[in-house]
Amino acid sequence: MNSHLPAAMHDKTLTELSAGLAAGAFSSEELTRVFLARIEQFNPGLNAFITVTAEAALAQARAADARRQRGEAGPLTGVPIAHKDIFCTNGVRTSCGSRMLDRFIAPYDATVVEKLNAAGVVMLGKTNMDEFAMGSSNETSFYGPVRNPWDLDAVPGGSSGGSAAAVAARLVPGATGTDTGGSIRQPAALCGITGLKPTYGRVSRWGMIAYASSLDQGGPMARTAEDCALLLGAMAGFDLRDSTSVDRPVPDYVALLDRPLAGLKIGLPKEYFGEGLDSEVARVVEAAIAEYRKLGAETVEISLPNSQLAVPAYYVIAPAECSSNLARFDGVRYGHRCENPKDLLDLYTRSRAEGFGAEVTRRILVGTFALSAGYYDAYYLKAQQIRRLISDDFRRAFEQVDVIAGPTSPTVAFNLGEKVDDPITMYLSDIYTIAVNLAGLPGLSLPVGFVGQRPVGLQLIGHYFAEDRLLNVAHRYQQVTDWHRRAPAAFA
Amino acid sequence: MSLGPAEVAKIAHLARLAIREQDAPAYARNLSAILDLVAQMNAVDTTGVAPMAHPLDMAQRLRADEVTEPNQRAHFQTIAPQVEAGLYLVPKVIE
Amino acid sequence: MMEWETVIGLEIHAQLATQSKIFSGASTAYGAEPNTQACAIDLGMPGVLPVLNREAARMAVMLGLAIGADVAQRSVFARKNYFYPDLPKGYQISQYELPVVQKGQLTIDLEDGSSKVIGITRAHLEEDAGKSLHEDFHGLSGIDLNRAGTPLLEIVSEPDLRSAKEAVAYMKKLHQMVVYLGICDGNMQEGSFRCDANISVRRKGDPKFGTRAEIKNLNSFRFVERAIEFEIERQIDLIEAGGKVVQETRLYDPDKGETRSMRGKEEANDYRYFPDPDLLPLVLDDEFIAAARASLPELPDAKKQRFMTQYGLSSYDAGVLTTSRELGDYYEATVAALGGEPKLCANWVMGDFAAFLNKENRDIAQSPVSAAQLAGLLRRIQDQTISGKIAKEVFEALWAGESDADAIIEKRGLKQITDTSAIEKVIDDVIAANPEQLAQYRAGKDKLFGFFVGQVMKLSKGKANPQQVNELLAEKLKG
Repeated sequence: MNSHLPAAMHDKTLTELSAGLAAGAFSSEELTRVFLARIEQFNPGLNAFITVTAEAALAQARAADARRQRGEAGPLTGVPIAHKDIFCTNGVRTSCGSRMLDRFIAPYDATVVEKLNAAGVVMLGKTNMDEFAMGSSNETSFYGPVRNPWDLDAVPGGSSGGSAAAVAARLVPGATGTDTGGSIRQPAALCGITGLKPTYGRVSRWGMIAYASSLDQGGPMARTAEDCALLLGAMAGFDLRDSTSVDRPVPDYVALLDRPLAGLKIGLPKEYFGEGLDSEVARVVEAAIAEYRKLGAETVEISLPNSQLAVPAYYVIAPAECSSNLARFDGVRYGHRCENPKDLLDLYTRSRAEGFGAEVTRRILVGTFALSAGYYDAYYLKAQQIRRLISDDFRRAFEQVDVIAGPTSPTVAFNLGEKVDDPITMYLSDIYTIAVNLAGLPGLSLPVGFVGQRPVGLQLIGHYFAEDRLLNVAHRYQQVTDWHRRAPAAFA
Repeated sequence: MSLGPAEVAKIAHLARLAIREQDAPAYARNLSAILDLVAQMNAVDTTGVAPMAHPLDMAQRLRADEVTEPNQRAHFQTIAPQVEAGLYLVPKVIE
Repeated sequence: MMEWETVIGLEIHAQLATQSKIFSGASTAYGAEPNTQACAIDLGMPGVLPVLNREAARMAVMLGLAIGADVAQRSVFARKNYFYPDLPKGYQISQYELPVVQKGQLTIDLEDGSSKVIGITRAHLEEDAGKSLHEDFHGLSGIDLNRAGTPLLEIVSEPDLRSAKEAVAYMKKLHQMVVYLGICDGNMQEGSFRCDANISVRRKGDPKFGTRAEIKNLNSFRFVERAIEFEIERQIDLIEAGGKVVQETRLYDPDKGETRSMRGKEEANDYRYFPDPDLLPLVLDDEFIAAARASLPELPDAKKQRFMTQYGLSSYDAGVLTTSRELGDYYEATVAALGGEPKLCANWVMGDFAAFLNKENRDIAQSPVSAAQLAGLLRRIQDQTISGKIAKEVFEALWAGESDADAIIEKRGLKQITDTSAIEKVIDDVIAANPEQLAQYRAGKDKLFGFFVGQVMKLSKGKANPQQVNELLAEKLKG
């Protein structure tokens, strides 16, 4: 063990580690070894990682150190991170949490991976997730559930549960996640960390295995808004390979963190504080809002009248798109193939049945049904119309306010196994996050307290491409509070 | 909306998913429950509302007509389940 | 048969002649080793995304403008979902409710000389699938995805065609159009231009359409004609025997000359079309369309009309000479080089020139005889230096690589004999050598005139001017 290393290296934020590397306080290789050791020690109990790439990580770390010697280092050079196992990583297994891709070695890098590599990060491994990003508890993974570091009987949230748990347990200072209905924000809230879903089109989807193409976005997960700002700066940007990528300059998110909040108008949707919200969670969220008033923000009650329609509409659109996106998994060119298929039909039906779990199967069936002859208008078209109504609600709200705030999740982390047999109850975990994906707006969750041992997250929703504003609003709060510095006892 | 095992079988076939007979009733129940959830959409009249396919009000970007991809057959076929003579093999396709 | 009417609609898939695929940068070149032109996007790898090829859009617009259609300034790509091994993503990116080209028309020429306007319902962009190879790989099929992602333009006709011949005329016209526009190489053996036919019959006077059957993947004009004729008879026989035509997909078997139902496509496919969320609407501004319009070549009908008026050609001749742009250009270059004689040029271009090209299966681009060289030859016919018959010999020599007509004529001494006394001498020699035939001719056997002409030509090695031979011979034979 390196005795000269500062105590509790793992407890430093990504930003602090970046500064430490820049100051020469430690090398990337030393840092990488610290986290690899923690992963080895703690991952079996958490199951946050599916694949750990120790040798490659050390090689990357050494290369980063060499770059630093040459004076070529940037703020992310040599910083260890993990990628949600939904991002294709060339030469490294990319499983999407599914048996279907258990042996799939991605033949190319996702843009997000390329960009972070170019920034010099050190990838420690691929994190666990709900299968094909479908879930809100990380219990549908082929590789088994992930546990919440704050309470090992609890779920970490999903689908980016592995990334959230890994960051919360200090196995890695930052990680990537993806969010289609809340899959970055909700696990961030349940694990007491900060996570951002950017505006649709801000981060390239090239190489990010598709679940629901018009809703998916990749984003950063770390302990602070400052950390997320650093990661997002590297992840975001126009990509020629993604037709839905937006050609818009990437602001210096870090530079924009410190703007004062005086005069900021925060909208509080009355629909987000009513029935369905746990009263204890409500209390913690109200306290956080009170803190914002102390920082100079003004709160305004607003209404998003079509909020109740978000979950129903989502459970048409996302399954519909996924039923089509997952049709490529047929055992022909890659992925799982059943043994001795007796004919083509057998090849397809058995490979897919063996490859996909129950939740994925459910969503493919729902999606197939919603698109099938005679039902398209009643389901898919109707859902897209509701999507328009929801977007319009937000548009109107943003005429009055700068950001919208509310609880990220109606409850704190629930217990493992508690909702697994009741899909509908599980789906309702996302009631506050889903509308944001339907509208394509950016959303962030930051830790604002606890109910018992289990963290509570506050969600901030911004206007299109207002990630800088969200990070700023979160950062100012984190400067006067310390929820984001709390560590789960077992991993402190 | 209520779906029975027969409807589930039809949908499963469209999606090329083999569902065991003993699992069909559970899936039918799940699907019916989801469709009931989805039916809440009917609470609102959306006549005349333009459907929203994308959050972005953008047009498709056009790419120059250039060959930019090299032959990477060997690379891509290392992960293929069954190949021969550069072809992907599948049970006989009847036409 | 008199009481029956046939209704036919054709769906034609034209492969667009782009360098790269419609949604990826892989090459579209024909004939590559399997799967060497299938990139991650074409293979439907997890995480890949499509980006539209500008040239494919431009080519679609060209076709739309050429058929007088409305070009949709906003069209949408949709996913057509079904499972097949040559369809890597499990869906085909196509266009459904909003295609890029809307209603247009094409005028076809019928055998009786009349013309008929055939409506075109729409044309849309989509991607091609790969190929299945069924030679045995131990009982398995082999999938080649090189072709997957090649841009297709699907052109759908109204059900305006009423016979196999009309269908072929329409298909040929459309084939000519896409080749003229340079948007498709029209090579049917390579699958660049494929036809599906929808055929139904009804009793004359019945306003309703009968049930139709679809015959897929007809890749030659001959097959289209035969398949349709067979199918019409099959349907009529079926109905007259009390049966009903089933709406189904059928394949044409060229060896047996019949259509048969496609096994393995039992139930009608529910394609579950929905707008592709990975692609945004295709918006074509006025500038884009104007640029496409400006690049339109002279279209076949217009060119044909112009040839008739400008060169005084018959409808038939003008039609043959404008079959392709290359042939039309060659013809015009020949006339220009010769400085006139459009009819003479037409005869030679449609005759010997075309015959030699066909014999050696060459394109005009590969012709060893340039328009200038041909004009040089025709000039010597025009000025009577050689006869038309001798010219054929000279043409052969040009084709074989000799440089120009004059050199050949000189070297081989092919100049026509026009000297009257020289010709008279030959005639005298022939008459002297054939007293019997002379007697028979003078006795009334007129047919022997040809014999004498032949002998004169033989003796003069073909060089005697035929007109003069006729005149002088007639006189001398009279006696």
